[in-house]
Amino acid sequence: MSALFEFLLRQGDNTLVLGHRTSEWCGTAPALEEDIALANTALDLIGQTQLWLGYAAQVEDKGRSANDLAFLRDVYDFKNVLMLETPNHDFGRTIMRQFLFDAFQVHWLTALTDSKDSHISEIAIKSVKEAKYHLERSRDTVIALGDGTEKSNVIMQSALEYLWPYAREIMSDDAVDEEIASLEIAPLPSTIHESWLQIVEPTMRDACLKIPDSNFVHNGGKTGLRHTEHLGHMLATMQVLQRSYPGVTW
Amino acid sequence: MSDKKEWPLWEVFIRGQHGMSHRHVGSLHASDNEMAMKNARDVYTRRNEGVSIWVVEAQHISASVPSEKGPMFDPAKDKVYRHPTFYELPDEAGNM
Repeated sequence: MSALFEFLLRQGDNTLVLGHRTSEWCGTAPALEEDIALANTALDLIGQTQLWLGYAAQVEDKGRSANDLAFLRDVYDFKNVLMLETPNHDFGRTIMRQFLFDAFQVHWLTALTDSKDSHISEIAIKSVKEAKYHLERSRDTVIALGDGTEKSNVIMQSALEYLWPYAREIMSDDAVDEEIASLEIAPLPSTIHESWLQIVEPTMRDACLKIPDSNFVHNGGKTGLRHTEHLGHMLATMQVLQRSYPGVTW
Repeated sequence: MSDKKEWPLWEVFIRGQHGMSHRHVGSLHASDNEMAMKNARDVYTRRNEGVSIWVVEAQHISASVPSEKGPMFDPAKDKVYRHPTFYELPDEAGNM
């Protein structure tokens, strides 16, 4: 498997898995306006997935399409980071997960707009506008709920504590990242950490939330080494149609 | 939850791609003006309807009273001379 293909799967699987998780709120969000906003976010992410996995399929050159990659791979072929497959749990955890991802993604996609690979820079130019809006929305909501009522503060603090050990897997480097960086396709993900913190720390301060004092990071999602038990259940729902009726279209 | 309150109502006005002015498109609920703006973006511009959004809290709008519409509007009905249709508009004048 080429490093470029692997890299593209990681990008596309991140947006696909978070997009699907976010879409699970459709029809059940705490307010009508929030329901529509979450559905918009999910659709943005699925749209980005089509671009990433479409290019991945092209790079792989084995006759697979973006749809094949999304709906016919199993858990261990997925290269998304673990945080994005964690269950929604409640609205607070959903929005905190979105914020921690958006804060990375805005800087990451901005960096990718300078990629030596013009296909990647084009995807980044389109996606970063969406990511910036997602960040604006998720950051404001994290602050509103963190600095809201006593109850909402407790929910947001527990969301942060649950997600914190997962949050920085996306900024850990491995051999694939090093090869991609040497080709100047993308910077090392770890180089984003500083600017990520520059968004996360002031936001948590404004939200009256305390960042956990721990550097432990759950790894294994982006390499596909070990996913959480949640991804299989998610894929079972997401892929059921193509699994039951292979090749079905409408 | 005893402290559960409805968010205030906001009215949304959008100026479209080719429109000259903002038009009322509907309403939504939001806790403050920034949230109202984002909600308006997400609820009313998903299909590329707008280039500019105004939101105003509904309670700040003063509306005419329906029961007084006789004295309010009827007197203007028979004053056709107030319409500028009796004049030739030069092209240079543009939109009026």
